[in-house]
Amino acid sequence: MSQTAQNANELIEDFNSFSLKERLGLLLEFSEQLPGLPARYEGHLELLERVEECQSPVYVFAEVKPDDTVDLFFSAPAEAPTTRGFASILNTVLNGHSADEILAFDDDFPNKLGLSEAISPLRLRGMRGILGRIKRQIREKRG
Amino acid sequence: MPAPIDTAAKFAEYAHPEALVSQEWILANLDNPDVVIVESDEDVLLYETGHIPGSVKIDWHTELNDPILRDYLDGEGFAALLSSKGIRRDSTVVIYGDKSNWWASYALWVFKLFGHEDVRLLDGGRDLWIANGQPVTKDETVVAPTEYPVIERNDTAIRAFRDDVLAHLGKPLIDVRSPEEYSGERTHMPAYPEEGALRGGHVPGAASVPWAKAANEDKTFKSRAELEAIYLDGAGLKNGDDIIAYCRIGERSSHTWFVLTYLLGFEGVRNYDGSWTEYGSLVRVPIVKGTEPGSYTKVA
Repeated sequence: MSQTAQNANELIEDFNSFSLKERLGLLLEFSEQLPGLPARYEGHLELLERVEECQSPVYVFAEVKPDDTVDLFFSAPAEAPTTRGFASILNTVLNGHSADEILAFDDDFPNKLGLSEAISPLRLRGMRGILGRIKRQIREKRG
Repeated sequence: MPAPIDTAAKFAEYAHPEALVSQEWILANLDNPDVVIVESDEDVLLYETGHIPGSVKIDWHTELNDPILRDYLDGEGFAALLSSKGIRRDSTVVIYGDKSNWWASYALWVFKLFGHEDVRLLDGGRDLWIANGQPVTKDETVVAPTEYPVIERNDTAIRAFRDDVLAHLGKPLIDVRSPEEYSGERTHMPAYPEEGALRGGHVPGAASVPWAKAANEDKTFKSRAELEAIYLDGAGLKNGDDIIAYCRIGERSSHTWFVLTYLLGFEGVRNYDGSWTEYGSLVRVPIVKGTEPGSYTKVA
């Protein structure tokens, strides 16, 4: 099993072992840990891609490095902690891994975290939207 | 016992000044045992990132809706919810939230379905409270549960169902969605693809007044004169009108319902919570496409 799949399984287990309230608490912790943008993207949101599926303005950028690993960058406002949490979870699971691994990553992962009873299902679509855009950007950049 | 009315000059010009409070009023009533402050947001984690000290959270998705029926809580559910939030039947409830009190208005409307007497909104909601640097805390509010009575929900006065809407064709309707949703270019909001409908357009005769027109940049409500210009001069509403407001699932139109009822003083305003997600998918009901209200009075 790939490292990203293993990371994902651990998170799925963590989330599902908790009560609904604890799951939200964990999501909040993730939202607080979302790294800020590096200086070269700060103030240049036009370089990033807006994720239209999300209710709040969230941006994502995937950078494929020469060794084929991927650096991920996100921007989401403080008043959208749920969206920040989604971005942060994907960042934790995927950032720094190889493009192949990320492209093979389970598209259904957002639905497996046991959050749909706590967050209306359509909001979860935002997380699938972020994941979809990461994959598309990687495909485009590899040509 | 009801808490004092906020006597701010801005509120005095509204039809029901008692339905709004200012930040100053909140600060003066933080320790008032007759007041319960409720935060209700779209983003379910926002309250946890910091809330007004002593406030409790009510989540529209998990706490106000029935998980099986597409309906609201019943009387027992509402009593259990309010007891768990430390609200008495005679408490003054002040609700605030994100997005210009969009979801706070929705919660207030649900409280009114159960006839809770004294429910108010904090003008400017969460965003202005934060922007002005007012106190927030992450401390969990310790709630002493109350005995809230079981009150049967009364849908007749302020809630409209689809048959009510069909019977209402020809009378004033306000569509509060975006212009693209009204004209039928879109069947859902730009960022909410799963809350769609099969057809795009609006209910025949409905005037288009996007809900956010009633709010200022700083999320407070516009002045009475500005609101009259929008809804009376602009949308053609007249004193004594029976009005139905709708949007997509009934939350944005709660904001407009609040404005028409409490700020402008209309008495016969109903919110159609089935809204476009229901109406736009119903078999054999007429719709109108395009930017004009249109009309249709004959229903099959």
